[in-house]
Amino acid sequence: MSGRIDQIFSELRSGGRRAVMPFVCGQHPRPGATGEILRALERAGAPIVEIGVPFSDPIADGPTIAGAMHSALEAGANPRGLLEEIAAVRGELSIGLVAMVSVSIAHRLGGADGFVDLAADCGLDGLIVPDLPLEASGGFLKACERRGLSLSLLVAPTTPEERVREIAASCRGFVYLLARAGITGEREGAVDLAGPVGRVRAVTDLPIAAGFGISSPAQVAEAVRHADAAIVGSALVRRISESDDPAGEAERFVRSLVEAAGPGASEGPTASAGPEISRG
Amino acid sequence: MISQQGTHEGVGKGPVPRISEAPDMEGRFGEYGGVFVPETLIAPLRELDEFYEKLRHDDAFVDQLRELWASFAGRPTPLQFASRLTRLVQKGLGQKRGASIWLKREDLCHTGAHKINNALGQCLMAKKMGKKRVIAETGAGQHGVATATACAQLGLDCVVYMGAEDCRRQALNVTRMRMMGATVVPVEGGTRTLKDATNEAMRDWMGSSETTHYVLGSVVGPHPFPMIVRDFQSIIGIETKGQSLRHLGGIPDAIVACVGGGSNAAGIFYPFVDEKVKLFGVEAGGRSSEPGEHAAPLCLGSPGVLHGSLSYVLQSADGQTEAVHSCSAGLDYPGVGPEHAYWKDAGRVKYSAATDREAMEAMLELARSEGILCALETAHAVHAAMGIAADMDREQNLVICLSGRGDKDVDEASRLMREAGLFKD
Ligand SMILES: Cc1ncc(COP(=O)(O)O)c(C=O)c1O
Repeated sequence: MSGRIDQIFSELRSGGRRAVMPFVCGQHPRPGATGEILRALERAGAPIVEIGVPFSDPIADGPTIAGAMHSALEAGANPRGLLEEIAAVRGELSIGLVAMVSVSIAHRLGGADGFVDLAADCGLDGLIVPDLPLEASGGFLKACERRGLSLSLLVAPTTPEERVREIAASCRGFVYLLARAGITGEREGAVDLAGPVGRVRAVTDLPIAAGFGISSPAQVAEAVRHADAAIVGSALVRRISESDDPAGEAERFVRSLVEAAGPGASEGPTASAGPEISRG
Repeated sequence: MISQQGTHEGVGKGPVPRISEAPDMEGRFGEYGGVFVPETLIAPLRELDEFYEKLRHDDAFVDQLRELWASFAGRPTPLQFASRLTRLVQKGLGQKRGASIWLKREDLCHTGAHKINNALGQCLMAKKMGKKRVIAETGAGQHGVATATACAQLGLDCVVYMGAEDCRRQALNVTRMRMMGATVVPVEGGTRTLKDATNEAMRDWMGSSETTHYVLGSVVGPHPFPMIVRDFQSIIGIETKGQSLRHLGGIPDAIVACVGGGSNAAGIFYPFVDEKVKLFGVEAGGRSSEPGEHAAPLCLGSPGVLHGSLSYVLQSADGQTEAVHSCSAGLDYPGVGPEHAYWKDAGRVKYSAATDREAMEAMLELARSEGILCALETAHAVHAAMGIAADMDREQNLVICLSGRGDKDVDEASRLMREAGLFKD
């Protein structure tokens, strides 16, 4: 049971809808900004938001997100401060809030049990730990189950079949599918996830969220033809970095993504996910 | 076989595994090490682990590597008695004190440091794996130069990531790499030094692993890198053992090496970890023990995850990597290899730190007593060794791993020495 995230995906599925999951860097463009940005993303229609915990050495991130993290850190961002900002706004929001946090930070802030408690106490609904391998995920899985948080491990294009099954079995809430090898960053061109999503669908009933390199409304529409959710990071973070009105800009951009994922997606292959979809 | 002691074979045979038997199948040295990387890199790391395990026992590969080490890199390097340095240490100690000091002359390797041992091993392995492109990170530029050199020798494309700040500090090495046909990419992110260059190399590899091998330059990073780099560098210790039996009539009583990531130290220590030899690692004490003023994670840090493995790191209470400082760019790194963390906790190796000033003094003392201008990194070991030798008996022997030569450092070191009043033109 991973609480709110399961519930959100179950509602989406019963409504035949697909989701946009925006990624923002916590405390970016500056400490204090997180609440306002999250409110804007809820207004824009995102059911779940992924919040990156700023880290000095994010090896999975390209220049846009790594740059945002570094500038947030320079402005005084820190994980405890971010968690406080999330706790302060949690009560006003009904969207799911999932933290993307490096194992380096989780380890330092109490390890699996300590960090999961901290995250849950601050109102987070789930965790993505991008550099936590399956083999080391046991403690986090137990702690997340104990606190009703989702836990998403990554599936990569390079992941062999049998391992996809094991990874999916260690996820709660949703599986995070890397839409491409390589790091985060905006990409042009078509996104065809039929094969990659199919590989994961074959071994799990969990919803599948795809991210990395999905940056435009058109790409979102293509991604949610197969995935349950499209994660958009760099394209949004860049707009937040460049804008004088970060929350307004984030709301406008995410709304355009939500529209792209919207009605068309409802006729999409939700049915192909199989008859068993309600797991609230 | 590449290294004398087994790595995987002996695990689980006895109730208490020998120190040399780490890492286990998951790349753990005790609780340290492991593989903390995005899933994208798991498959290439496994492929590397399996490939290396076969290659290690492949006589043709080992012969080819030994031939490259011998005819191209200049191995074996001498084990030289440092008679005047020994006398300098013994002065005023009385008849019975002050060990004989020996120098394992890695500074005589082609390109000027031990880094070539690993670069040749990994580049030859890359070729056998069918990879045409090689990437590397570098701080001082020594590993970058070694990798560019190995790539030129073996006909591989080479891209070296180097912090923009280090490119400026080590301009000579940037030119050397480019003259050998390597592409040097200055890294502008973060602190623009070695840790950021390492981040960038890992990012490259996440998208390029099918065609590209990542030649990591020290015993750090995710498994199997700490094991592979240690094994390739173990030739230092293997040679030292044979040479000590010939020259000293037995193994040495103490071995001292500087520790950045820890590859020259692991290389000379590893063949001796199950023997009765005292082992000493020396980190960069920088200007002081305040945060940001040194690069001594084993002495002043705590366990944390950096660059794919769990080891001692210099990290804030928030898990952010802390700033580091050392006069020597090759030690200027906030992490250290997981096997050193394991050896530290097991009490097998004693770690200390030498300050910038102590290293500079030792560099001059070695230069003037022996006619050897060593690297600033190495000078940290020389400083500690002089103190350790003074505390030993006269019939005992101490070996310093003389990891590199000081040509790259003369501008920066002489500037710092003038500032510190240690040197006049
Ligand atoms: C001469 C020399 N010694 C030591 C080091 C430190 O590396 P390690 O601790 O991996 O031997 C370097 C790194 O550049 C070096 O150039």
